[in-house]
Amino acid sequence: MKLLEYEAKRILAKYGIPIPRGGLAANIAEAREIAQTLKPPLVVKAQVPVAGRGKAGGILFAESVDDVEKAVNKLFNMQIRGIPVRSVWIEEKVNAKRELYFGMTVDRLNKTYVMIGSTEGGMEIEEVAEKAPQKILKFPVDPLYGFRLYHARQMAKRMGYSGNQLSAIANIFYNLYRAGVDYDAELIEMNPLAETPEGNFVAMDARIIVDDNALFRHPEFKERPLEGEFSPQEVEAAKNDLAYVKLDGDIGVIGNGAGLVMATLDAIQLYGGKPANFLDVGGGAPSEKIAAALRIVLSDSNVKALFINILGGITRCDEVARGILKAREKLGIEKPMVIRLVGTNEEEGKRILTEAGIQVLDSMEEAARQVVEVARRL
Amino acid sequence: MGIIVGKETKAIVQGITGAQGSFHTKLMLEYGTKVVAGVTPGKGGTTVHGVPVYDTVEEALEKHEANASIIFVPAPYAADAAMEALENGIKTIVIITEHIPIKDSISVMAYACQVGATVIGPNTPGIITPGECKLGIMPAHIFKPGKVGMVSRSGTLTYEIAAGLTKKQLGQSTCIGLGGDPIVGLNFIEVLKLFEKDPQTEAVVLIGEIGGNLEELTAEYIVKEKYPKPVVAFIAGRSAPPGKRMGHAGAIIMGRAGTAETKIEAFKKAGVEVAEKPSDVAAMLEKILNDKLAR
Repeated sequence: MKLLEYEAKRILAKYGIPIPRGGLAANIAEAREIAQTLKPPLVVKAQVPVAGRGKAGGILFAESVDDVEKAVNKLFNMQIRGIPVRSVWIEEKVNAKRELYFGMTVDRLNKTYVMIGSTEGGMEIEEVAEKAPQKILKFPVDPLYGFRLYHARQMAKRMGYSGNQLSAIANIFYNLYRAGVDYDAELIEMNPLAETPEGNFVAMDARIIVDDNALFRHPEFKERPLEGEFSPQEVEAAKNDLAYVKLDGDIGVIGNGAGLVMATLDAIQLYGGKPANFLDVGGGAPSEKIAAALRIVLSDSNVKALFINILGGITRCDEVARGILKAREKLGIEKPMVIRLVGTNEEEGKRILTEAGIQVLDSMEEAARQVVEVARRL
Repeated sequence: MGIIVGKETKAIVQGITGAQGSFHTKLMLEYGTKVVAGVTPGKGGTTVHGVPVYDTVEEALEKHEANASIIFVPAPYAADAAMEALENGIKTIVIITEHIPIKDSISVMAYACQVGATVIGPNTPGIITPGECKLGIMPAHIFKPGKVGMVSRSGTLTYEIAAGLTKKQLGQSTCIGLGGDPIVGLNFIEVLKLFEKDPQTEAVVLIGEIGGNLEELTAEYIVKEKYPKPVVAFIAGRSAPPGKRMGHAGAIIMGRAGTAETKIEAFKKAGVEVAEKPSDVAAMLEKILNDKLAR
C-alpha cells in the first residue's frame, strides 16, 4: 500500500526526523487557514500516490495566502496520471544547499533489507543508479542483528559528513530504518533529504510503501479507500480475493495460477491478439468465485471475447464449469467464449459445458489461437 | 534419487487440522509420503487421517523421528511455525502459505541460513520426487519418475510443462516450486547445483517469470560454471506492463528492471534454449536428449 506524502511525513516526524512545517487541506477554507499559520514562500503539493508528481504539475509554489488558494483550485481540478487530487499538503519551502537521498528497500536476492544513501538526491534513485552508480552507497542489513546507529554513522561518514553534522544525519538514517521496520515498509525513502545553508537536515519529500501482506499488523491503514488509485474492476477483484490487472486489449482472460495466466497473455500476444486483463482465480476456486471473475472481466466494455484457461490441480474442472454456466445465466453473457479445461474432474467439467453448447479445448495454445481469431472477426 | 526429498523423507505437517492441511495430508499419504506427525497448537491428542497431532513441534519430535516439515499455517503465524521447526532441528521446510509479510520471511531465511536448513517457498506448490515423496499440493497424477529436473517460480505453469514431459515419456527427477513471494528460500542457482550432483537428472527445465533479476544471475552462473547439464527455460510475462503486480507479489517490472526480454536475452546468451510456448519445452528437451544420446 502506497502511503501519501503527508502520511509518510507524519510517520517520519513521529520518529524524530525533521520535516518542513505544514498541514493537510481537503478544501479551500482549510488551505487558507493552514497557509495563514505558515511562513512564505510556501509549497502546495497534490497528495496522490504516484512518483514523479512534480514533473506532472502536481507541485506548485505560493508567496501568499491568495496564491495558495489559486494553487489549490488548480490542483483540485487536476488528474495526475489519471488520479484525481482530493487533498493537498501545504508546507514552508525549504532552502536546500544540497539534496540527498536516503532510503530502505528489500534486497530479494540476499533476502534482507538494504539501506541506500546518495549525495545525488532529488531525482529518482533508479535514474542515479543508471547514470552514476558510483554515487550510490548500499548497506545490506544483517537480518538477525539489525541496522545499528554506528552503521548509520559509517554511511554518513562515507557520504562525506563529519563533526556535528555526522551525528545529526546518522540519527536521521537510523530513525528512518526504525520507522521502516516498525511500519513493515517495502520501501521508505526521503528524496530529497535537504541540507540547508545552516547545515541542518530536513526531509523535503517522503515515500512509504507498506507491505500489503503485513496490513493485518497495521489496522490504522485498514479503512483507507482504495478508489482512485485502482480501476473499479481492480477494487471489485480485491474484494473477491482475485488478482486482477487491467490491460488495454480486447480479449478478457481468466485462469488459475499467476504463471499460467501470464503465459496465457503471452500466448494471445504471440498469435497477434491483445489481452484486456490479467485475472488469476487462484487455487481451488469454487463456482461462485469463477462467476465473480466473469462478472469483473465482462464489466470492462473493451472486452470482445473471453478466454478461460484452467489447469485443474486443486481447482476442480466441474466447479469451474458450473461457475461458467451460473455466470452465463445470471449475466446473460453473449460474448464468445473459448474455454480450455484440463486436470482434476476434467471429464465431468467438459460434459457440463458441452451439454450447454460450449466448446472445450485441450490445448492452451490452440485455444489462444482460436480466441484471437474470434476477436478479430468481431 | 532426485533431490531434497525422497524415500528417506519423514515429514511433519504444521497446521494439519486446517482445511488445506488436512486435505493435503490425505493426498500426501495416498501418494506414499511418510507423514509421521502433525502439529496444531491446542489440538494435541487428536488425529488427522490417522496421523497423531501434537501441540508443539518439540513434542512431535520427542515421539517421532522427522527430517522435514510442510507448513499450512495461516500467514500471520506461518513464520513463527517455520522458526519453531528450524529451532527444533528440522532441516527441510516447505512453506505452502502465501501472503507472509516480507519482514517475517526475512527473519526465517536468515535463521535457516544460520542453522544450515533448506526452505522452499513461501507461496509454493512444494516439491515432488515422483514415485518417492510429495511434499506439496501439486496434482500427483501429472508427474512420472524420469530424467528431467524442474525448478519454477510458478505452480500451474509447472503442471502444464510437467504434463508435457510426462506425455513424451521423459518424466521428472524432482520438481520444485520456488514460490511466488518476493522473499523465498531456495533460488534457481542453488537448485541447479543440486541437480548437477543428482545422477537421475539428465536435463533441467527452468520456469521463470518477470520481476527481480534471479533469472539473469542464473544465466551468469550457467556461463561462469560451464553448467554441464542441458537447460531449457520458459519465461512468463512477455506481455506484462511495467509497474503492475501480475498475481505473484514478486512478479512486477520496476521501471526497466525485471522484464521478460532481459531474462530471455540473458539465457540465450548463456546458451540456454528458451521456449516460446509452454508446449514447446518437452519437444525441445526430447531433441536435446536424443542428440546427446546420438553423440
